[in-house]
This record gives sequence, structure tokens and C-alpha cells, in this order.
Amino acid sequence: MSADPSDLEQRLALMRENMKMMTKAVPWARDLGFEVTRIEKGRVWGSQPWDDSLVGDPDTGVIHGGVITTLLDNLCGMSCSAILSDFRFVATLDLRIDYMRPADKGRAIIGEAECYHVTRTVCFTRAWAYHETRDKVIATAAGAFAINQPRPADKLESLA
Amino acid sequence: MTPFEANPRAAEVEAFLARTPFAQKLGMRCDIRGDEMTAILPFSKKLIGNFTIKALHGGAISSFLELTAMAQVFLVTDLARPPKTINLTIDYLRQGHAKDLYARAYITKMGRRMASVRAEAWQEEKSKPVTALMAHFMVGGD
Repeated sequence: MSADPSDLEQRLALMRENMKMMTKAVPWARDLGFEVTRIEKGRVWGSQPWDDSLVGDPDTGVIHGGVITTLLDNLCGMSCSAILSDFRFVATLDLRIDYMRPADKGRAIIGEAECYHVTRTVCFTRAWAYHETRDKVIATAAGAFAINQPRPADKLESLA
Repeated sequence: MTPFEANPRAAEVEAFLARTPFAQKLGMRCDIRGDEMTAILPFSKKLIGNFTIKALHGGAISSFLELTAMAQVFLVTDLARPPKTINLTIDYLRQGHAKDLYARAYITKMGRRMASVRAEAWQEEKSKPVTALMAHFMVGGD
């Protein structure tokens, strides 16, 4: 592979090539079963299939809010990677979720995240969860992410 | 009168967690003493969010905290059904390591229709929380 991860366009291409792997490499995301479906500069879309095991209210079959939190948190983090000019890991500082309406039983939830501002240390993001379009949202999110400075390779080794 | 009378709502909270598929998927349990509840999320590999640094996924921690806050509201009210979440804010304060996580929720205000609740999750020391949550729930009239 000749792609240079320090070049944003090349990194976006690399991210698109590995879309399926992006959540498979994250155990909790893989366990919930969502996938990244589209990547643009600073914007990432994903899809969370409906599953019995994700139900938060057994009387109605509505998916638990925690599933939407995980989806939007993860997509927001990826939207930062899809805009930073240098490759950096980001860590969620805070995340706010507003629940507008329950998700329909049996339907996949689409997540859309956007990183709309970047400073030297922080990425600001917002996200939406819906079934069809953003006109009828299930939940919205706003999150700030800390941009981690690169660690020396030996430090990473000792943490593993 | 027995010297220790269990909170009659405790069994209902436990039943709520037991019949909620997502709480079972997380693997959380709770320990209720009177009106105090400590929620426990035993470590499991599936809860990891970052392999390289072996950190718990923020989404797993916040799901656990949201369920803890819901369970606490359910414990101290006579609601027939668990409360609905209106919104929540999560502060990720420290990295969650690959070990058990504990949480407690505190009801800041219990209104007629809405409740304001905060919750904190910790690992080794309660005074060093990993994650903090602030949430609003519908508790009636919806």
C-alpha cells in the first residue's frame, strides 16, 4: 500500500476501502452490529440493524438509547478522522444526546455525523439518528473530541 | 417486624433489568440496599472500544450509566414502567480500563413529570470517576 495517511484525500480513500473493517476492529461496535456506509470529508454515515438483543423496552420492542449513543459517539469520532489533516486518535470529551422519538421496532437506524469545527486540540461534532431522512430524527447528538498528540511507539507498546 | 425489611421495589428493579434484553447483553447487575443501589458491569472483552490501549467503549459505559440512572428512578418511584429518557450528557473523565465498572445514580430533582438525575461510574476509586452522566427522564404525564 502506497497510501500516505498524512494526506487527507489518501486517508479518506483508505477509510472508504476499509469501511467494513472500521467497526469490526471495535469489539463493542461489532457486538452491536453497526457498519459504516459512507465517508466524505468530515462526514460519516453508518447503519445499525435492528436486533432483539438491543431492545430497551420489552413491552414495545424499542431499541435502547445506549445503542444510539454508541452509534453516534463512534460516527462522531470517525468524522474527526475524516477531516484532520494529520492522522490523530481522538477521544470523546463529552457527548449530549437528545431523544426526539422512539425508533420503530424492526427497522435499521441510520446515523450521520459531521465534524464542523477543528482547533489545535479539540474537534466539535454533531450527529443525527433517523430511519429515512434528517427531517424525522430519532435523536440528535453534539460531542467534543480531544485530539491526542502522537505517542512515542515505545509508550504504545507498554500499554498493549 | 423483621430487623431488615427489603425495599419492595428492589425486586421490580431486578426484574426490569432481567427482562430488558439490552441490559442482559451488557451483562450488568445491581446491588440494592434500601434506597441505595450500586450497579455493576463485570468486564467482558466485547465491551472494549480500543484494542491497542485496552479501553472500554464509551458507548458501553454510557449505556450502563443510562440504565443505572433509569433503574434508580424506577427504584424510588412507584412507576409501572421504566422512565423514558429525554436527554443526557456524558463526560468522559478518564479512560475506562479492562476491568469491572461500578456506578451509582443520584436524583437531583424528582418532579411530577420529569426527573433530573446524575450518575457516575468508577473502577478502583469512587473519588476518581471514569465517566459522569446527567440525564432527564419522563416520570409521568407523557
